[in-house]
Amino acid sequence: MGCELRNRVEAVEPYRIDAQGMHHRQLNETIRAALSAGYREIILDNVNGQRYIGAGISTPAYIEINGVPGNDLAVFMNGPTIRVHGNGQDGIANTMNSGTVIVDGSAGDVLGYGMRGGRLFVRGDVGYRVGIHMKEYREQVPVLVVGGRAGAFCGEYMAGGVLVVLGLDRLPGQPLTGDYLATGMHGGVIYLRGRVAEHLLGKEVQMFDLNDQDWKLLGGLLDEFGNYFGVDAAELKKDQYTKLLPVSHRPYGRLYVS
Amino acid sequence: MLLREGEVRIPSGCAVSAILNVKGRCINGEAITQSIACMRERSNGLGGGFAAYGIYPEFKDHYAFHLLCETEQGRLDAEELLRQNFLIDRSEPIPTRKVIGIENPPAVWRYFARVRPEKAVGCSSTAEGNLVTSVVMKINKHCDRAYVASSGKNMGVFKGVGFPEDIAAFYRLEEYEGYLWTAHGRFPTNTPGWWGGAHPLGLLDWSVVHNGEISSYGANKRYLEMFRYRLELQTDTEVVAYLFDLLHRRHDLPLELVCRVLAAPFWKDIDRMPEPQRRLYTALRQVYGSALLNGPFSIIVAHGKGLIGLNDRIKLRPLVYARKGDFVLMGSEESALRRIFGEPDEVRAVWGGEPVIVELEGGSAQ
Repeated sequence: MGCELRNRVEAVEPYRIDAQGMHHRQLNETIRAALSAGYREIILDNVNGQRYIGAGISTPAYIEINGVPGNDLAVFMNGPTIRVHGNGQDGIANTMNSGTVIVDGSAGDVLGYGMRGGRLFVRGDVGYRVGIHMKEYREQVPVLVVGGRAGAFCGEYMAGGVLVVLGLDRLPGQPLTGDYLATGMHGGVIYLRGRVAEHLLGKEVQMFDLNDQDWKLLGGLLDEFGNYFGVDAAELKKDQYTKLLPVSHRPYGRLYVS
Repeated sequence: MLLREGEVRIPSGCAVSAILNVKGRCINGEAITQSIACMRERSNGLGGGFAAYGIYPEFKDHYAFHLLCETEQGRLDAEELLRQNFLIDRSEPIPTRKVIGIENPPAVWRYFARVRPEKAVGCSSTAEGNLVTSVVMKINKHCDRAYVASSGKNMGVFKGVGFPEDIAAFYRLEEYEGYLWTAHGRFPTNTPGWWGGAHPLGLLDWSVVHNGEISSYGANKRYLEMFRYRLELQTDTEVVAYLFDLLHRRHDLPLELVCRVLAAPFWKDIDRMPEPQRRLYTALRQVYGSALLNGPFSIIVAHGKGLIGLNDRIKLRPLVYARKGDFVLMGSEESALRRIFGEPDEVRAVWGGEPVIVELEGGSAQ
């Protein structure tokens, strides 16, 4: 396979990999070899549980995944776009630097862990600790948009970035998020479609109404969400939204002082 | 040669998986093996195991004792203890095959036994269960390096040191047919990886596979010792098996409430409950405070009539539920469940502290 790939430069057609039964190491080596050979569009079929897809890749590329990719999808990723036609597992966009991940289905826990840039869009529900310790620096502002509901500890220790929870397709009585929402948050912003009960909220944040600047930012993200998943963004914009902001930038600043 | 842990970085956490056919239809051990093998990255070769239910129809009313014996003397002593209390209708080595990656296995032996009529105290099932429990505890404590892997009816635990798929090959699990299978791939953190400490942990019909660690092990152990359980297997999961036995079989708590004891709601949430419920949960926490499991866990508990999935209250470990036709699946990763039957009819994450209790239709496999 290596020889065949090495001779191609800036190929226009996509490179297709059947991942059935493939170990993650072999799969990721094949992806990297295809990128080195000049392919910029890669389609992975029959993916089921292979970890670290897209890990640390800095080459501009479009990777389409058919199946359920394993944990740490797009970990340390720096630039590519990944589209998952299926559900995701845990740890998507872990410490991701830039690029875009779009998941058509639902996804698991600790999405966007320590994410430093780039965008993650999930159409369905997500698990626990989503957006934990996202951070930002100047123009590097990570964005994480959840179409469904989020489990507990959403936005835990969040230090920067933008986290959106839309709560679409909920059954009656299902809350938008689980308990301990934004516990320990000290930077960035969370937008919720609707409100959550006060008792679910971490001690370090408060709910606010959106201002014009918020609407500009959120409106753009809703448009993008709508484009990816065929959802009418104009309808979403008619709804009430709540903004969560930290009340302190250093909630634990005095914890070990006295 | 496999590098030892420490010489190589192994990023992992344990893996659990389970398959139940709610109509009691039996399948062989290949499906569960494929499922757990799909999560090989989560194990490090220091433990793997399976529990299988419905596998001994010809001995379905016998207690099937699976023993791991590191010395012949230990096995003979254990056999003697069994004979004092049971009539042994068959005793044999568990069939195995040589497998690369499974080194220095102990003698694995099984006994199909009935309680001696003169020992059947009052004929109550509780008394009989207590007798089995006490014999298991005695073997584990007193017989030289002989340990009971399982002691239920029409079920067995097959476990050891190795990757789970190698353990499955070692025990020839493709030759067994069961309606309920659980599996574990181990990455031991706080306790040694050894045959007796591998998962599932079994007692009577109970078997437990666990990803995580029980930080409250010491408190739970002391509590269980007051009820004559002896914890000899050097692994925290042992307390989970015995707590289910104590709370459900001996104290008659419904499984739902057992789960609410082990992963109790927080006091702040109890305070928000409506009145009768608030009093119930307050009482449970007061009476069974020492049975609370603290620390990160996702566990799958199997028993003859069904399956229970449970996470710690703040869900520090993953657990996914899926359904496909008559099959209910649970496991650490969705991909491991899809590995078995492809696209499920339903798939969802289990939330922290939420018990998922699935029972056989009609209550039993027969």
